Amino acid sequence: MTTWHVILIASAATLALKLGGYLVPAGLLERERPARIADLLTVALLAALIAVQTLGAGQAIVFDARVPAVIVAAALFALRVPFLVVVIVAALVAAGIRAFV
Amino acid sequence: MEERDTSTGRTTVLRDSVGVGLATAAYGISFGALSVAAGLDVWQTCFLSLVMFTGGSQFALVGVLASGGLAAGGSAIATAALLGIRNVVYGMRMKPLVDRGGLAQRIAAAWITIDESTAVALAQTDDRAARRGFWLTGIVIFVGWNLTTLAGALIGDALGDTRAWGLDAAAAAAFLGLLWPRLKRFQAGAVAVAAALVATLTTPVLMPGLPVLVAALVAVVVGWFDLFSRRSAS
Repeated sequence: MTTWHVILIASAATLALKLGGYLVPAGLLERERPARIADLLTVALLAALIAVQTLGAGQAIVFDARVPAVIVAAALFALRVPFLVVVIVAALVAAGIRAFV
Repeated sequence: MEERDTSTGRTTVLRDSVGVGLATAAYGISFGALSVAAGLDVWQTCFLSLVMFTGGSQFALVGVLASGGLAAGGSAIATAALLGIRNVVYGMRMKPLVDRGGLAQRIAAAWITIDESTAVALAQTDDRAARRGFWLTGIVIFVGWNLTTLAGALIGDALGDTRAWGLDAAAAAAFLGLLWPRLKRFQAGAVAVAAALVATLTTPVLMPGLPVLVAALVAVVVGWFDLFSRRSAS
């Protein structure tokens, strides 16, 4: 599998899902349980990605400059600082720690 | 607000759409830079923003590839697809409003069915405003997101050693930013904590990419039995 294969298959899948919403009979996901699972799925995947992106290094779990950067990011999101600003500050915190510690 | 005249209504929709559109498009810069940092080239990065065009899945795809490489390709595809499932729900909500006109217009509507276009449409009080909000927001984001992706990819390309610039931490912060607005209910918060724990605990024993998919099971279990639903975050 090349990078292009991954990109093409994943793009086809996500685009098919978007079109699918307009094609499936109305009411299927309007029911409570499927709608709730779809909603929570997004939350679970994003939370898992945060954990892996913050602590993972291949198959190891490490605590490094990313941890304080993410804690600062959480504080800024809580203060309603805009997305792009928070992302840049998080990068600067990690870069700064790596440069000076 | 029920009897506001058409011109104020139009201004409100325009303000909502352009405001949300520009704010969202701005973080295409971070996607572009992170994608190049993950090893994709500028063309591949721009292709994702043009065709996939759903931020969560795009960030996830390059995030999993960054940690697991091509060996995690299958997990990257699965994670991106699972994150795209919410667009099915949005499509079903938007269908009565925007599924009209020729085939090209209907495909275009599905293409721009994302968090923000759906949210702006649902925030309007009548169908005409909702339709305008959906299209305006979708188009502003589509144009902006693709331009900023290109800019970000070129910046990422120029940065070189991405770890020294803290781009790995920026990726974690980006996921946190996508998650934050979804944490209003207690149930969502509980799922987030449990999923993060499962992903962390399984990282040493599973191939890169798989821990995220295993953590998705938390959502299926909690959602199926509707656990943690009585209490709400104060």
